[in-house]
Amino acid sequence: MGTNANRADAAVGFPDLSRVPPVDEVGVNERVARFQSRSIKKASKVEALKCILSMIDLTTLEGQDTPGKVRQLCQKAIHLHDAMPGLPHVAAVCVYPNMVAVAKEALRGTDINIASVATAFPSGMSSLDLKLDDTRMAVEAGASEIDMVISRGAFLAGEYRYVFDEIVAVKEACGDAHLKVILETGELRTLDRVRRASELAMHAGADFIKTSTGKIQPAATMQVTLVMLQAIRDFFASTGRMVGMKPAGGISNAKLAIHYLVMLKETLGNAWMTPEWFRFGASSLANDVLMQLEKQATGVYQSADYFSKD
Amino acid sequence: MATAADRVPVAKTYKIYIDGKFPRTESGRYLAINDKRGALLANVCRSSRKDFRNAVVAARKAQPGWAKASAYLRGQILYRIAEMLEGRREQFVAELRAGGVTAKAAEQDVDRSIDRLIYFAGWADKYQQVFSAVNPVSSSHFNFSVLEPMGVVAIIAPDEPGLLGLVSNIAPAIAGGNTLVALASETEPLSAISFAEVLHASDVPAGVVNILSGLKSELIEHFASHMDVNAVVCCEGGRKQRRQVQTLAAENVKRTVFRIDTDWRDAGALNPYLIRDTQEVKTTWHPIGV
Repeated sequence: MGTNANRADAAVGFPDLSRVPPVDEVGVNERVARFQSRSIKKASKVEALKCILSMIDLTTLEGQDTPGKVRQLCQKAIHLHDAMPGLPHVAAVCVYPNMVAVAKEALRGTDINIASVATAFPSGMSSLDLKLDDTRMAVEAGASEIDMVISRGAFLAGEYRYVFDEIVAVKEACGDAHLKVILETGELRTLDRVRRASELAMHAGADFIKTSTGKIQPAATMQVTLVMLQAIRDFFASTGRMVGMKPAGGISNAKLAIHYLVMLKETLGNAWMTPEWFRFGASSLANDVLMQLEKQATGVYQSADYFSKD
Repeated sequence: MATAADRVPVAKTYKIYIDGKFPRTESGRYLAINDKRGALLANVCRSSRKDFRNAVVAARKAQPGWAKASAYLRGQILYRIAEMLEGRREQFVAELRAGGVTAKAAEQDVDRSIDRLIYFAGWADKYQQVFSAVNPVSSSHFNFSVLEPMGVVAIIAPDEPGLLGLVSNIAPAIAGGNTLVALASETEPLSAISFAEVLHASDVPAGVVNILSGLKSELIEHFASHMDVNAVVCCEGGRKQRRQVQTLAAENVKRTVFRIDTDWRDAGALNPYLIRDTQEVKTTWHPIGV
């Protein structure tokens, strides 16, 4: 298990990108197909579903978010489905920086984390100074986790050092807050670039690497997530530092989430199977998981009508 | 060049219809359908409860859009289904005959199916006027009752007649803005499954009609108990089975409609009350002159 101590001096220097292994796309696709063929039933399914619930970053990132909407989301996070005792709560609530204070107030007295996106999310098209201010503002308002976006334009132009330095600077601005680095894989296009961006982010000190903002299609896919998990595994083997993983966007049903869990277990192992090291960024996954849990308990297929909106 | 005689026959694979697609059953199970002499006609999917669940998800997703489509458009689409069925009349007659229906009865059933679609196409933009009401109340309010679709309807179609029975139950449900999942006849499923191809070519949005084949004894419990189904229309089953359906349906107070002894070939099966069966009445009080 990683500790805060090894998180503090997380950056291990600019990586030698010439040694990043190429990704075998056909192999990735075949491996992903295998994960989807695992049969997870009955008691294991219930455990998996509960595990998924505990890993969710309940998210609302809309221009139309109001304090009321954020409070409602926080209530959902605290009271997932009170009719069913023994459920875990979600890992965090994820909002825009100006909504952090509202979320903090609403979540007072719980141990649900507050995550905030920052650094000119979702495009990241701004100056470094503004991005750092954005980050500090979120941290000061009470966010304990920061989801930053990398500068995809710079990355695609080959300015890897710029991207690296930017992550290092944001990590520093985060202070004690955990840093999740969003690669926005939908804009990176190829798995080789995903792997390279993962290496950059981890070497620059990311606590988590995250697939997507949710604003670009395709968002999280099992293919890019597998490539990122493999990067985490190799990084752990060479440095001994654990990095977390957060697929986000497009994971809206329990079955798919279980496939992700299978992939996580078979790629990184049990040590990563906790909310400390794996998160789902989702807005509508929680209710589907709750409906499946209720189905397991009652034997009757459920309707969204009987669950609070998320 | 090969002559017609030694050409390898191309048999049709009968699949189920979910969300505008034709998947096989996820369970990988099949039922053999034989002709009168016991020779194999085709294998049809023996749908599982998971197929049913997937179909309900599709129907739920399609429901708001279909309910919002104008009554006129729903009528047009029903009419279009009839046109498409007319164009494939011979295929359906042949399919019914292969299943053991006499030539005359097969032709009559297909004709009746087409006519029934036309009949409900006509009702699509009229039933609201007929069944709605302005109610007299003794205060200064307008008080009116209008119909709204119940939502997702689960239909256990009659075993006989396979095609006409299915069409007679699908048409009124979708004319009224519902989406549905239907379990086709157990004994004559082939033409019912082919009917899905007609729907597919008729501008019916994906998920509005979903058709499964399989065993009632296995699926009826889930048709009745699924919490996201708003009404269950049951055309088969004895007293015991009806009781089971009603008991399970009570869990989310879904409406139960039994059409057990209906003679689908009779003109009595032509009536707009079949539409009203799966409608909810909404009554609104609107103040006057304040």
